[in-house]
Amino acid sequence: MSTLAIHNGRVIDPALGRDGIADVVIVDGRVARVGPNEGDAVIEADRIDATGLVVTPGFVDLHVHLREPGFEYKETIATGTLAAARGGFTTVCAMPNTDPPLDRRAAVESVLRQAEEHAAVRVLPLGCITRERAGKELAPAGELAQAGVVALSDDGDAVADARLMRHALEYAGAFGLPISQHCEDPALVHEGQMHEGWVATRLGLRGRPASAEETFVARDIALADLAGAHLHIAHVSTAGSVALIRAARERGVHITAEVTPHHLALTHEEVAFGWSGSQVAANGGGANGYGSIAYHSNAKVNPPLRSHGDMDACAEALRDGVIDAIATDHAPHAVSDKEIEFDLADAGISGLETALGLSMSLVHAGRIELPTLIERLTAGPARAWNLDQRPGLEGLGTLSPGAVGDVAILDPDAAWTVKPEEFASMGKNTPIAGRELRGRVLATVFGGRVVHALEGIAL
Amino acid sequence: MTTETHETSGASAAPLLPGSGEPLGTAPAPGPWRHRHVLDLDDFGADEIITVLELAGQMAEVLERRIARVPALRGHTIVNLFYEPSTRTRASFELAGKVLGADVLSVSASTSSVQKGESLIDTVRTLRAMGAGILVMRHASSGAPYLAARHTDAAIVNAGDGAHAHPTQALLDLYTMRRHFGDLEGKRVVMVGDIAHSRVARSDLWGLAAMGAEVVVCGPPTLLPQGLRPGDRPDHAEAALPHVEVETDIERAIEGAHVVMALRLQSERQQGGLLPSLHEYSLHYQVTAKRLARAHPDHLLMHPGPKNEGIEIAREVAGGGRSMIEEQVTNGVAVRMALLYLLALGRDAAAASAGEGAS
Repeated sequence: MSTLAIHNGRVIDPALGRDGIADVVIVDGRVARVGPNEGDAVIEADRIDATGLVVTPGFVDLHVHLREPGFEYKETIATGTLAAARGGFTTVCAMPNTDPPLDRRAAVESVLRQAEEHAAVRVLPLGCITRERAGKELAPAGELAQAGVVALSDDGDAVADARLMRHALEYAGAFGLPISQHCEDPALVHEGQMHEGWVATRLGLRGRPASAEETFVARDIALADLAGAHLHIAHVSTAGSVALIRAARERGVHITAEVTPHHLALTHEEVAFGWSGSQVAANGGGANGYGSIAYHSNAKVNPPLRSHGDMDACAEALRDGVIDAIATDHAPHAVSDKEIEFDLADAGISGLETALGLSMSLVHAGRIELPTLIERLTAGPARAWNLDQRPGLEGLGTLSPGAVGDVAILDPDAAWTVKPEEFASMGKNTPIAGRELRGRVLATVFGGRVVHALEGIAL
Repeated sequence: MTTETHETSGASAAPLLPGSGEPLGTAPAPGPWRHRHVLDLDDFGADEIITVLELAGQMAEVLERRIARVPALRGHTIVNLFYEPSTRTRASFELAGKVLGADVLSVSASTSSVQKGESLIDTVRTLRAMGAGILVMRHASSGAPYLAARHTDAAIVNAGDGAHAHPTQALLDLYTMRRHFGDLEGKRVVMVGDIAHSRVARSDLWGLAAMGAEVVVCGPPTLLPQGLRPGDRPDHAEAALPHVEVETDIERAIEGAHVVMALRLQSERQQGGLLPSLHEYSLHYQVTAKRLARAHPDHLLMHPGPKNEGIEIAREVAGGGRSMIEEQVTNGVAVRMALLYLLALGRDAAAASAGEGAS
């Protein structure tokens, strides 16, 4: 019998409405008791002193790219899940755009075997919506569900054919699988490299208009309504999408949604200027602020970083619960995929290790309460896809008795500097290298085992 | 037809140019100059633009000599690295370097290792290792010269990057306008055509804004970029693009213009669904004599070339008395000489202060 006692932290467990000083006791990998001084009676336990720190359920990420199999030069299951642990994530849902893609049972089983052997945290794979992600024929959803996928997605691309998308939604419903759609109309995106707007004009880059996302969000909401199925909108990035999702949820269509930390905290100005705020105005503006540009390919991501208005609408939707979850869309790339001509560079941000710090900027700005933010990282995503109903994962995203013993221990005020060279992820591609963030995960517990602990945490 | 010609360089014939190839480090600076690379005009002050244009005036005099040779850049190696086909810009740079006595090498995509997958950074570093101190670069990807500049200590001159910038074209445009008008403050300059995909237009906007001109861009809405109208940007980004007037009606745009510049229309725009047809475009946006009648009587007609006569510009005006199109080409060599000279001067001065020889 192994026991871990986490003492005296501020336990925030939004699903149970708990927010107060308490101990968390984990026995044999499952939560045993949570309450003031519950740890004191435990003998023969490993102990963590969380005095002055916040203790939450382990984070759940509905959207990561672990790159294995096929792109092990970008990331592996081992390094990607270690990055997850560093970020406080104990459950990551892995996108199927690997090589081969996860469009058949054997491919899914192979990923699960690799994860069993090498993963630092729980890996729940998604399967493809269409065979070979080609957007032509349905992938075998039933077979994929049996193999263990938790949702379907052709992420990276949208299913552009509306009729196929309709049938995918209808068919997946029989197996209880949500469909996570990357909503961007390829025809409108065309060869777009970044958000369409004044920054793209300044840089002479082709734009991806906000409407490329919104037309597909609107279309797919209508299709989900028609099919009576569960549609999940991946990485919502525009104010228009937020309005559509809000209206659809109000009339009872089964829509869930996620937003990334980078769409909550950064704008398209990152691409040219390496900042997102209105520092320019504060610094006197004019030629000094906007005199020189760069082409920051580490800020190239799909959907693209957008305007301040879009960013604010996403933050508001996250607070209101119109968006259920923060998901990182962790997309690691090698330097050779990024430090090249902007239009040739791969899109994506390595996000697991900066997710909390970047998201905490909303809390520090007074725009969302800490417990709400924690909910969107834990119970919110777990419930969005009913992960907490899956056998063995009951209570996922909470610290209810019997739930898996997954815990994140954080200091919401700790200031730290983003140093990609110190990432556990092989993907050093972050637009915020060198920037100071406030809020950091100090330790992560997965199934009662400590899988990440910064130096200085009292074990 | 008479156009008053302003001499911008004074009476002296190229007093700054050493005649015998001594290092430039000791030559006096011709005027304010702060650039190590020339990537775009968005970070140029009016003072630096004037430095280039005045020096270009002296270079023009060199070009008029019977033997147009000044070995000021002897010992400097200039590589023209062209990832996109180009006849005129490349020839203009080659000539500019040769007149100044530099060793000039031109590498084009078809004969380099580009197609074997060698990265831009590797290519730039390799050319630098061979002694290239100035790299003139043309590339189809917007921002490619910025990537190169981050990875080499050679001076990078942007000879056109994607739809982004073409600063040497903009400088020769400014030079041409200034030769005829002197001060450009308050002059109405109208660019007509495919603004969205035009690197020439973007650089011209910055240069003209720095010189105080009043700029109008005109074209069908499908060829106008987003965010140009001040209301399309947040307040804090007001200064992030030059102030321009956006117009879709060519008659209104040309009214009272001192300069009308027609931009090249690529036939792909029709296939891309941006235009119904080239014929339709020419009906509504071709620069014609009738339309030019609305311009200022002393207006100049310009085109960055290569032009499609009968599409964006009518034959009779392209070859007419107000047309600066050939003069632009001639001025291009002088302007590029001035830029190469300024960059070499800066490199020699840096090398001298670092206690090394000229590279």
